[in-house]
Amino acid sequence: MPRVRRLRAPGAHCGKLCASACRSVHRFFVYLLRLILKNSLRHKLRTILTVVGIVVAITAFGLLHTIVDAWYAGANASSSARLVTRNSISLTFSLPLNYAQRIRQVDGVTGVSWANWFGGVYITERNFFPQFAIDAPTYLAAYPEFLLSPEEKKAFFVDRQGCIVGRKLADKYGWKVGDQIPLRGTIFPGTWTFSLRGIYDGADKGTDQSTMFFHWSLLNETIKKRFPRRADQTGVFIVQLKDPDQAAPVSAAIDAVFKNSLAETLTETEKAFQLGFVAMTEAILLAIQAVSFVVIIIIMAVMANTMAMTARERGSEYATMKALGFGGGYVALLILGESLAIALAGGVIGVLLTFPLAHAFADAMGSLLPIFLISDETLAMQLGAALIVGLVAAALPAWRAANIRIVDGLRAVG
Amino acid sequence: MRVPVLYIVRNLAARRLTTILTAGGMALVVYVFATVLMLAAGLEATLVATGQDDNVIVIRRGSQTEVQSGVDRRQAAIVESLPEVAIGQDGMPLVSKEPVVLINLPKRETAKPSNVVIRGVTPTGLVIRPQVHMVEGRMFRGGTSEIIAGRSIASGFQGAGLGETLHFAQRDWLVVGVFDAGRTGFDSEIWGDAEQMLQAFRRTGFSAIIFKLADSDRFDEVKSIIESDPRLTLDAKRETRFYADQSEALSKFISYLGTSISVIFSIGAIIGAMITMYASVASRTSEIGTLRALGFSRAAILVAFLGESLLLGLIGGVIGVVCASFMQVVSISTMNFQTFAELAFRFVLTPGIVLAALMFALGMGFVGGFLPAARAARLKIVDALRAA
Repeated sequence: MPRVRRLRAPGAHCGKLCASACRSVHRFFVYLLRLILKNSLRHKLRTILTVVGIVVAITAFGLLHTIVDAWYAGANASSSARLVTRNSISLTFSLPLNYAQRIRQVDGVTGVSWANWFGGVYITERNFFPQFAIDAPTYLAAYPEFLLSPEEKKAFFVDRQGCIVGRKLADKYGWKVGDQIPLRGTIFPGTWTFSLRGIYDGADKGTDQSTMFFHWSLLNETIKKRFPRRADQTGVFIVQLKDPDQAAPVSAAIDAVFKNSLAETLTETEKAFQLGFVAMTEAILLAIQAVSFVVIIIIMAVMANTMAMTARERGSEYATMKALGFGGGYVALLILGESLAIALAGGVIGVLLTFPLAHAFADAMGSLLPIFLISDETLAMQLGAALIVGLVAAALPAWRAANIRIVDGLRAVG
Repeated sequence: MRVPVLYIVRNLAARRLTTILTAGGMALVVYVFATVLMLAAGLEATLVATGQDDNVIVIRRGSQTEVQSGVDRRQAAIVESLPEVAIGQDGMPLVSKEPVVLINLPKRETAKPSNVVIRGVTPTGLVIRPQVHMVEGRMFRGGTSEIIAGRSIASGFQGAGLGETLHFAQRDWLVVGVFDAGRTGFDSEIWGDAEQMLQAFRRTGFSAIIFKLADSDRFDEVKSIIESDPRLTLDAKRETRFYADQSEALSKFISYLGTSISVIFSIGAIIGAMITMYASVASRTSEIGTLRALGFSRAAILVAFLGESLLLGLIGGVIGVVCASFMQVVSISTMNFQTFAELAFRFVLTPGIVLAALMFALGMGFVGGFLPAARAARLKIVDALRAA
């Protein structure tokens, strides 16, 4: 009991002796922390269950945010020094190859390459991964982030049946250099077989390593024989800029060249082009984001329930403490501290668990979400969410305990 | 001897805040679970209803969508002359040869572009799709640059409303009518004259051939005739099957993601129920002892506490389903990965979903309440009475 009385003291002496006051304040908090810790371990089962609940919620919250981030991965990895030119009607319409020459003549353009979506199926529809027919030398020059050894690059350039794939894709299907990869064409009919000539790595973690590239000239030659009208066409042009700040005027200049032609163009930065895809599935993204907040609300209800029960059971204790001279604020602090301790414990474990789970999830999803990285922002949001859960859950019980009349509290039973 | 139901109900009513919070958590889980199922059901309902069972759609072999496909006029003529094709009132075969393309249009609200299906149709194309009727304006006239827009497109995209014009393929197209296709995939399309579309987009071939079967049972024969004819490199599918296949990936994605999210979320709610029930047992130890002393069996105690937890789950379930049912007024428009085109669909609540959601809620109540109920049932009379 004497210790309790001393604890009450700091407020009164603070102005007189700073050193002793600081010591008292220090002791005050140590004592408070010990009390909080002891309190939170009183109902071990309940505390464990609550922590588990928070861990589940925080992990789910983090995973959902990482899924949303993965959607934007393509846009984040795009370079500001590249433009994409496509047919203004839609991506499913192609552009004549001779546009390349005319785009190159536009001021501020340093290089032009082109690529065509192939849309082939590897064995079954379930094995989805993107494939592009590219003009290899110019394309790889425009995308320095795809790292390929000089030998592999040379082997790919000289083999017209050759292809290269990203490291992740090669690992997924166990492909080795020299393997034959058959694809069934959906847009370009028939079975196409490519020999693997190289496996590229990404310059950084955000680089897509789940794509397959092969020679556009091979595609074009075959089309020329079978569907002469569809020959010498490509899906998109990739335009390299001298100065990234000139993206807007150069885009406008390119589109102006082809205005009122049979195939009008639409040129935008690579980022805008990628964000266009994201925008098309925005409804799904919004739903995932909304749902990720629902899990926080659910756990808030669970946690608030725990704290409400705890506070109710200890109603007479709090009244006793108040009768002994502890202020309402002190009692409120006890409840708030306990709530925060439980929530943050769950939050930290949840954050730690997110890493292995995200890894397992990325493996399961395969090439559907090629880039799956947990951002610092997600981690901060996870901890922030845990903090808010702790605060909100304690609010009502703390307020009640702080304002309860001693007589009522002592009278209350369980 | 059973513990009266009223005792169970009163117990929940006695601790209102706790009951509300626990049931509220469960209600949210059930709400998420039900809306996800409703979304998947709505998507399937939309695309399955798009097809007519006795219509056959013919596309190039190996292609998965109409946009990827290409059927030249020679092949189209061979399909048209098959004897299995139904004959219309005017004595002509009920065949529609349609070019289908995607165009990029900005949405009204966000101005962000998305892909919209443009379909060139013939008068026959309307005959074999009886679900389509005009709600505003009139039908387009053949041989002109007039188009009609599906309901979702007219309201969702810039320039697609009645009286507005769209510019694509070097022409201005006047929207002269808005059609309703009974909440099917056609609501997310723009229709115009087939020959005009072919000219504008500089195509020589069609994308798909759709015909009505004279006898719906003879589909398998027609399929084998078309697929074995060496002059044709085409695949035939029933229209219902074709559209169901197109919703497969998106609807699987929605239900997989949704179900795993619901299961993860339910862990939180189950824990909530467990905490509540453990506390309920702990605070009533002496009461349980009294009940046992009065002659209630261990089984009766178990049933009483389990019943309390199940009731908690049921309350959460009912609240969740009621909230989810309001989602039926909402419609979602997004890109279907498989067709690369915009598709509008709504949340559809089916009796099956209501049942599944309530079972899910009761399941959460059962799992959450079983251990605490077992603890209550295992208490020894003497110890329990002494606890007070």
